[in-house]
Amino acid sequence: MDQDTKIEIRDLNVFAGKTQILKNVNIEIPKNKITVILGPSGCGKTTLLKCLNRLTDLYPELKVSGRIMIDDNNILEAKEDIYKLRQQMGLLSQRPYPLPMTIYNNIAYALKLRGIRNRRETHKLVMHYLQQANLWDEIRTRLREPASRLSIGQQQRLCLARGLAVNPEIILADEPTSALDPISSQFIEETFGRLRNDYTIVLVTHVLRQAKRIADNVVFMYLGEVIEQGSVEEVFGNPKMEKTKLYLGGTFN
Amino acid sequence: MYLLNRAQRHTVNTTWMIISLLLVAFLPFLLFIGLYLKSVLLLHDYSLGDLIFSKIWKPSAGKFGFYPFIVGSIWVTVVAMMITAPVCLLTAIYVTQYTKKFFLRIMHPAIDILAGIPSVVYGLWGILVIVPFISRYLGPWLGVKTMGYSILAASFVLSIMIIPFVLNILIEIFRSIPTELKEAALSLGATQWQTIKHVLVKKALPGIIAAFGFGLARAFGETMAVLMVVGNVVRLPKSVFDPGYTLPALIANNYGEMLSIPKYDSALMFAALLLLAVSLFFNLVMHFFIVRYNKY
Repeated sequence: MDQDTKIEIRDLNVFAGKTQILKNVNIEIPKNKITVILGPSGCGKTTLLKCLNRLTDLYPELKVSGRIMIDDNNILEAKEDIYKLRQQMGLLSQRPYPLPMTIYNNIAYALKLRGIRNRRETHKLVMHYLQQANLWDEIRTRLREPASRLSIGQQQRLCLARGLAVNPEIILADEPTSALDPISSQFIEETFGRLRNDYTIVLVTHVLRQAKRIADNVVFMYLGEVIEQGSVEEVFGNPKMEKTKLYLGGTFN
Repeated sequence: MYLLNRAQRHTVNTTWMIISLLLVAFLPFLLFIGLYLKSVLLLHDYSLGDLIFSKIWKPSAGKFGFYPFIVGSIWVTVVAMMITAPVCLLTAIYVTQYTKKFFLRIMHPAIDILAGIPSVVYGLWGILVIVPFISRYLGPWLGVKTMGYSILAASFVLSIMIIPFVLNILIEIFRSIPTELKEAALSLGATQWQTIKHVLVKKALPGIIAAFGFGLARAFGETMAVLMVVGNVVRLPKSVFDPGYTLPALIANNYGEMLSIPKYDSALMFAALLLLAVSLFFNLVMHFFIVRYNKY
């Protein structure tokens, strides 16, 4: 495995019954960069993301084969410590799902799962992660309120802070701005921009402009297959495959 | 062609809806008034505290103490809920979180069948199975002398009667929690059990309380099955192995034969009034908890 590669996906196939959702997927995801997985709805982007943190285990009907190497460790074979494994990755889903607790406890719960129980340290880290997610200034006086009272944009940033609180190396984001207003989306994108040097970010999106704005690397997928991958300049500036050209040109989506 | 134009039909329809609404809204109120008017004769002669806390029930001597019935009802209901609540909660969690989907498809009809069995059948089953089981095995095993007809027998039969109702609600509640919330907790490194305990149950708490409250109300009002196995002895039960008497059983057992004794009629109406008041109280408490925990 290349020094700069964080995640290497080899021959990944996912079946749901007889339907093949992912077909021979091979992707290399570079370390501490933003890799955008681009493609129309229903092309397997979300399933791919779920393979990365083994949430596919929740769906017994999914059959996953192939290899996903994270730091020379095939996570599809990892049996014992799947919980540690998931903590290497922060997850941001399409819509925010705050835990049914206070704002403070949403972060503190993640810290607790990480093994941090000291109150003073918890306090300090809750503040730290809320600042990282660009949320602290807005809610510093509301920490004891239920998280569900926040606006949806704030909830999404709370979920980002919660994901960061498990101290991951990777951030998995599944169309994290699709339910948000433009201002909130911008907040999230800015935050990703600041985090890109410290985290390996895998962002799934179908918004071309978003990909163009923040991607270092782009993977274009269509109907469960990887059509093209490379740096953002290569894929957007000089796409090699016909399908990529069509998608970028907006002819189909 | 219509007799009325659109605006007029709108008015007529709206009026009907309002009338229906008022009817539903005032029905409990009317019930209350009716029962009160009927029991006012008794309330005229005895103080409310006397009626509720007096232990002596001798209608022929003019002594109407409802305390044994109230205590009996509460015992039976509480013990039934102590059996029902954990069984339903754990079953609902298991079938929604651990088993495959087809298992639930088999479970659902089974639960519905249980829910549809008439309460007399449950009562008979209680007499044939539960009562002998308690008198022959459970009692001797625990070193208690019991004839089987007891608070415990009634609670047991009751809990089996209300389990399908409570379980159905709980399963729906757990199924309505979005998978993404579960995924969110798991992605933080929580185990499945931690996810259930800290996140799912907490999310479902208002619904769980409502389901238990519903079960409680049903258990409290259930008449026939309880009457058949509870023993119908007017005495304060000292343990769950003692027989007891419940408010609904009191009404059902005596309503036909009360005419000869003065105020007996009023006393039974008062029992119904008590029943209604306690149900209302349960409902209010339940509502309070639902509001209290619904903020997440």
